Amino acid sequence: MSGSWMTTRAWLLMLPLLAVMISVIGWPLVDTVRLSFTDARLVGTEGSFVGLDNYARMLSGANFQRTLVTTTWFAVISVAAEMVLGVLAALLLNQQFYGRTVLRALMILPWALPTVVNATLWRLIYNPEYGALNAALTQIGLLDAYRSWLGEPNTALAALIVADCWKNFPLVALIALAALQAVPRDITSASMVDGAGPIARFRFVILPYLVGPLLVALVLRTIEAFKVFDIIWVMTRGGPANSTRTLSILVYQEAFSFQRAGSGASLALIVTLLVTVLAVAYAALVRKAAGSNA
Amino acid sequence: MERKSLPFTIFIYASALLLAVVILAPVLWLFVMSISPAADLSAKPLRWWPQQVDFSRYALLLSTVENSAGAAFVASLWNSLRIAGMATIAAIALAIPAGWAVSRTPAVGWSLSVVIATYMLPPVALAVPLYMGLAYFGMLNNIFGLALVYLTILAPFTTWLMKSGFDAIPREIEAAAMIDGASLFQTLRIITLPLAAPVVATSALFALLLAWDEFFYALLFTSDLRAKTLTVAIADLAGGRVSDYGLIATAGVLAALPPVLIGLVMQRALISGLTSGGVKG
Repeated sequence: MSGSWMTTRAWLLMLPLLAVMISVIGWPLVDTVRLSFTDARLVGTEGSFVGLDNYARMLSGANFQRTLVTTTWFAVISVAAEMVLGVLAALLLNQQFYGRTVLRALMILPWALPTVVNATLWRLIYNPEYGALNAALTQIGLLDAYRSWLGEPNTALAALIVADCWKNFPLVALIALAALQAVPRDITSASMVDGAGPIARFRFVILPYLVGPLLVALVLRTIEAFKVFDIIWVMTRGGPANSTRTLSILVYQEAFSFQRAGSGASLALIVTLLVTVLAVAYAALVRKAAGSNA
Repeated sequence: MERKSLPFTIFIYASALLLAVVILAPVLWLFVMSISPAADLSAKPLRWWPQQVDFSRYALLLSTVENSAGAAFVASLWNSLRIAGMATIAAIALAIPAGWAVSRTPAVGWSLSVVIATYMLPPVALAVPLYMGLAYFGMLNNIFGLALVYLTILAPFTTWLMKSGFDAIPREIEAAAMIDGASLFQTLRIITLPLAAPVVATSALFALLLAWDEFFYALLFTSDLRAKTLTVAIADLAGGRVSDYGLIATAGVLAALPPVLIGLVMQRALISGLTSGGVKG
């Protein structure tokens, strides 16, 4: 069979997918770019061309800068905590103890819980009047009076990060565990014969097996944390006093609450650009790590 | 296995216990809230186990009496099932031919890379034109409209999983069938697809979980019981003036039940699906 017929046939088989992707991703993306140069409203007016006005206004606004800082904090702290807790949990689950199989199976629970259910659950736990956290902390004497964890600007973001970590560190743990199981037993034994302590063994024998999969998990989790919307919307809607407002929440408010489709679109594209830069930088990092391991 | 010292063994069991508590406590509390009488949940000091176990909220939410909390919940449950089901079937139907084509013809692989790269796009980058487009076609607040939008999330993912699955099936088997005179579609139907059945099942489960979990587009594009999904209904309950926290917890338990059961039963397949992404990169 000739190569060109193979290629034509492949394109024909891909046609349905590509047609759908162009209509639900490609066209909307192009249209977002067009809208970002207009002052269109969500409903009603078509809007007229305003050049780079939207971008200039959004980028110089105090809202954007503050939101960018909040989003960065959320992404960096929650992803870092998920990575550390995930690897620690994986190292534990790779040891031999009774109940290990059950504990491994339980790790799927937080991952399988829908994000909205997770957010609702933690909102109930943090409830200022009847929440389990307040009750538990006062009953063991760590807290004098009930607090409004999600209602105070200085605890709300931390409370959100805890809820996000609880849902996502088990996934990192499962990925790291799969990588640990690929470490050949004889290499770890050989390193012990050679007198390597537990820390040296982790650093020089085990870590090289973990780096690749963990980097990929890191990339995906960071991109997701940067785009975060659901958990924040359900738990705080960006409040109190906008202390938990992330970029996606800001775009939602601009485009849908205030119905300013034009400036909302420009903001959405700024976020897209930031995520793309992150992803490209990470991809280079992953490739470098893969190269140095090979 | 080398011998471990006693302190080390104690440390391992203590850590395992801690991990189990961290994972289980919030989930168990959700369930306990759902079966505690409202008075127990607002008691100070808080009651950690109900005086009398009360399953009445489950009956309430799953009842179909008109204009009750149950009718709204059941309607959103039914919407979620239909939307997730339709989007999954459509995503798999698109993914099988496309995944096979990319697997057997690497020359077209770059187009799949472009499709997968759209994973980076925040949904907000597509939301405004999608909203205007759905409004134009009268598809806002419509389960078909939302299922179509869900393909933006499901189709790239299922295609990539199917492509990896077809990669694992040797093309020599297909070539042999072709030499015996089978046409391309006979070969795919009789030889390749049955071998790929486990991958199709895994992809479909992933797609179902993703669609069941989706919130952002559902929040934007649905407004009442005709299309509102379970995630939006639960967010409404959590954000509204519902005084009975147990009712919110019950809705959460019911919404979490299908994905948690799928997760526990399909553990092995799901983890290998998740980690194949992690290992291959």
